[in-house]
Amino acid sequence: MTNIKTPVLRVENLAISYKMRKGEVSAVRDVSFEIYRGEALGLVGESGCGKSTVAFGLVNFLDRNGRILNGSILFQGRELRGRSEEELRRLRGNQISMVYQDPLAALNPCLRIGEQLSEVLIVHRGLSKEEAYEKCIEMLKGVYMPDPEAMMLRYPHQLSGGQQQRVVIAIALLNNPALLIMDEPTTALDVTVEAGVLDLIAELRREFDTTILYISHNLGVIAYVSDKVSVMYTGEIVEQASVEDIFLKPMHPYTQALMRCVPKLGENKESSYLPPIPGRVPSPMNLPPGCIFAPRCQHVREFCRQKHPELREVVPGHFICCHFAEEIAEAEWQPPEGLIPELTTRGRRENAGEPILQAEHVKTYYKQRGKSLISLLGLGKKQYVKAVDDVSFELPKGCTLGIVGESGCGKSTLGKTIVGLESPISGKLEFLGFDILAPVVKRDKRLIKELQMVFQNPDSTLNPSFSVGYQIGRPLRRFREVSRNQERKEVIRLLNAVRLDASYYNRLPRQLSGGEKQRVALARAIAAHPKLVICDEPTSSLDVSVQAAILNLLLDLQKEYDIAMIFISHDLSVIRFFSDQVAVMYLGKVCEIGPAEAIYSPPYHPYTEALLSAVPIPDPSAEQKRIRLGGMVPSALNPPSGCYFHTRCPRKLGDICEKQDPPRQIAGKEHYIYCHTPLEELRKMEAVVTLAKDTKGNS
Amino acid sequence: MTIGEQAGSPGIATRRSLGQRFRDALAPILASKVALVGLGLVSFWILMAIFAPLMTPYGPLEQDPEAMNLGPSAEHPLGTDRLGRDLWARLIYGARTILVLAPLSVLCALAVGTTLGLIGGYFGGWIDEIVMRILDAIMAFPVILLYLIIIVALGPSAVNVVIAITIAGAPGIARLVRSLTLDIRTREYIAAAELRGENPFYIMFVEILPNARGPIIVDAMLRIGYAVFAIGTLGFLGLGLPPPAPDWGSMVAQGRHYIWINPWAVLWPSLAISSLVIGLNLFADGLREETMRYQ
Repeated sequence: MTNIKTPVLRVENLAISYKMRKGEVSAVRDVSFEIYRGEALGLVGESGCGKSTVAFGLVNFLDRNGRILNGSILFQGRELRGRSEEELRRLRGNQISMVYQDPLAALNPCLRIGEQLSEVLIVHRGLSKEEAYEKCIEMLKGVYMPDPEAMMLRYPHQLSGGQQQRVVIAIALLNNPALLIMDEPTTALDVTVEAGVLDLIAELRREFDTTILYISHNLGVIAYVSDKVSVMYTGEIVEQASVEDIFLKPMHPYTQALMRCVPKLGENKESSYLPPIPGRVPSPMNLPPGCIFAPRCQHVREFCRQKHPELREVVPGHFICCHFAEEIAEAEWQPPEGLIPELTTRGRRENAGEPILQAEHVKTYYKQRGKSLISLLGLGKKQYVKAVDDVSFELPKGCTLGIVGESGCGKSTLGKTIVGLESPISGKLEFLGFDILAPVVKRDKRLIKELQMVFQNPDSTLNPSFSVGYQIGRPLRRFREVSRNQERKEVIRLLNAVRLDASYYNRLPRQLSGGEKQRVALARAIAAHPKLVICDEPTSSLDVSVQAAILNLLLDLQKEYDIAMIFISHDLSVIRFFSDQVAVMYLGKVCEIGPAEAIYSPPYHPYTEALLSAVPIPDPSAEQKRIRLGGMVPSALNPPSGCYFHTRCPRKLGDICEKQDPPRQIAGKEHYIYCHTPLEELRKMEAVVTLAKDTKGNS
Repeated sequence: MTIGEQAGSPGIATRRSLGQRFRDALAPILASKVALVGLGLVSFWILMAIFAPLMTPYGPLEQDPEAMNLGPSAEHPLGTDRLGRDLWARLIYGARTILVLAPLSVLCALAVGTTLGLIGGYFGGWIDEIVMRILDAIMAFPVILLYLIIIVALGPSAVNVVIAITIAGAPGIARLVRSLTLDIRTREYIAAAELRGENPFYIMFVEILPNARGPIIVDAMLRIGYAVFAIGTLGFLGLGLPPPAPDWGSMVAQGRHYIWINPWAVLWPSLAISSLVIGLNLFADGLREETMRYQ
């Protein structure tokens, strides 16, 4: 990258603020970066750090209460600030394109894909309909859409999420824009689909030499797509360097801390600890006077609290906003005191314990009403969505079972079936020797007490109308755990157990951050001392630093109260870190189940192999096999015959996969793979992920 | 382990004073000029109604055969009606009845409608079908016809006016509450309550209802306006409070006969009704806008 060329985009000292009821809030301060032709700049940071605001500010697409205070935006050498709305609009269509998180919101549901694609060319380039059609077909082929002619006639809802995002990218690329801004384009997609879209983006860069500004919170994705990375923290860029430098030699304490709190694929709970970042992101209303990261920084000194550091070039090409970057970069990170013994006692549970929960051939189907007139009258053939189809497993006392799979694979339904929010239609479900097939309303109160759940969404897990203390106290009153006058004391003890202090007792949920809400939800779940807690994606809507804290907390509570857990997640690294046993689900069926380390190393089920190869790894030096699944996940209303995975399986054998249910093969101690491929064949597989540091090929 | 994100912001006081909470509740009203105008109009009538005996030397039923159908004068600020009763006195004493009856009838409709809406929305299935179809049937009648049927069947009295408005208003409230319930029952805290084995009525009234209160309050404000209107209409048709009670609607009806001699007797009660209705509507609108703005 020679600096003689003018950059495609050059942003200098950009500052943006929003007008709120309480006054002006500065969302972005003093942000500068430049992107040259063919480069991809990754903008990474936790939620609320101003990444999207920067993207919107570039094309002056801010909300009505936002405005650019300061700075300049030079696009191909020309200033964008102060241009008229009309000029900007022409520019946005022709030269700058944007791709957002939700593809369904970006496509007009009333127009066919073809109309939406060709509109761009007809309006911006004045092409005739026929010429536009040709170009569109070409572009759809370019983004690897199967059967482009048929796609042109479809409506957005007839496409899968990954296909929709491909169409949006195709629309964005039609005019061959000089700059493509992508704001979390894969966040709403499943890992296997995400991997396909990321491959596409990499391909397009090679082919069209597109300049990309890529915004994401996911370090793994950023490592995969970008050349240069800017790390943002509360509206400022704290570190900027090439992708290798950022991930292998991070110098800013925030970047370092961020890297440490992401669970890596190779890590499990005995071998590592996720150090969370203490404190929380300061409110933009109330920024610290000195370095903005000082209140949470491990290396903080008195000087940091007084003077705000400037972004400076410490090593050529490596910009850092820290007074003491040189010293910090060299200092080895020391785990906090008391952690080492913690790790050794945390060890994995032996599976010798009595099974606390046994599931055999559990099936949960949802009745689906047909669309025809006959079925409206209740006479038609009844159809069922097979959400959970013939699932069997055992969970020993005090152990954790991780359930992993893509959206729609039935993992949440399985969790809800166990706690009794959904009723299975057949099978055997025993908890502590009691039958728990009945829904929760028909269960005995003593049984209800033993089974609790932690939910996904921190914003809806607590009732907004009641104080934290009341909500934690409610299960205590329901199950008469403690006497009335002890209640307040017990609630405070529980608050302390989830590392919150007594001052939270009277707070309302809206006064808490997402992580704090999830802590309270945890306290509420363990209040009655249940034997089994089901965690349904408890950290998936939290930032990585908060996720680390919650995961550690869950581990500690599990040890302290000897709780068995079922941990449901779509994130393979988190599952690996957290679980003793793992079940991989696809379309309502378990396709592989066994001890965690066995799942993550060969032999794999072909689906597990594909999932592992799709996980974005925040380490540019890691080697990962590329297996990409074609096609869409079939509908659970009408699953394929034989092995459910045969429609997408890269290792499909032939007829046998389509006709017969896969047999259960014993791959090791308590490790079962449901696949027709002979075990010897599966054992020959290579490890999917190889981390550079660890040559043993442990994945 | 002491590391974690527990540091929190120390600034938030644990328990805020009552005055501060009151000011917080008032903030959206004060922020909206529309709501403020509405509140002004409504509180004018409330104050007049409360302090009615201090505001006029006359009683509402006091007749003066010497002064019939007079225009505004120093003695009678708004004039007198056909029986020589002071219009100002009748208006502010009339405000007393209407300001009690309208909120009371809405409160009754709210109690019935909310309960039915919660039951339909929470249980769903055939219970929902039955409840909602019955309410649909009631809603199929034009409201005014419903009032007429009920009052004619039960006879005109204050209690029956309340009953009529309750029956006519409950279905609308039930629909609103049902739709809110359908949304709120999918929240995870409801699932958490179910996992504690809570009673369905605890879930409906303690877990769901408080979170639906915003839209319900705004709707109720609007409904009080409609109720004022309805009571006026019933009074005008002679189905409201039996005479000689100072009822705004019946004041208009009686004044109508002498409208060419004394238009004031019609004008003032009409203005009173419209100002109160407009005040309530403005207040509700402003409140709604303000609460929606920052969501």
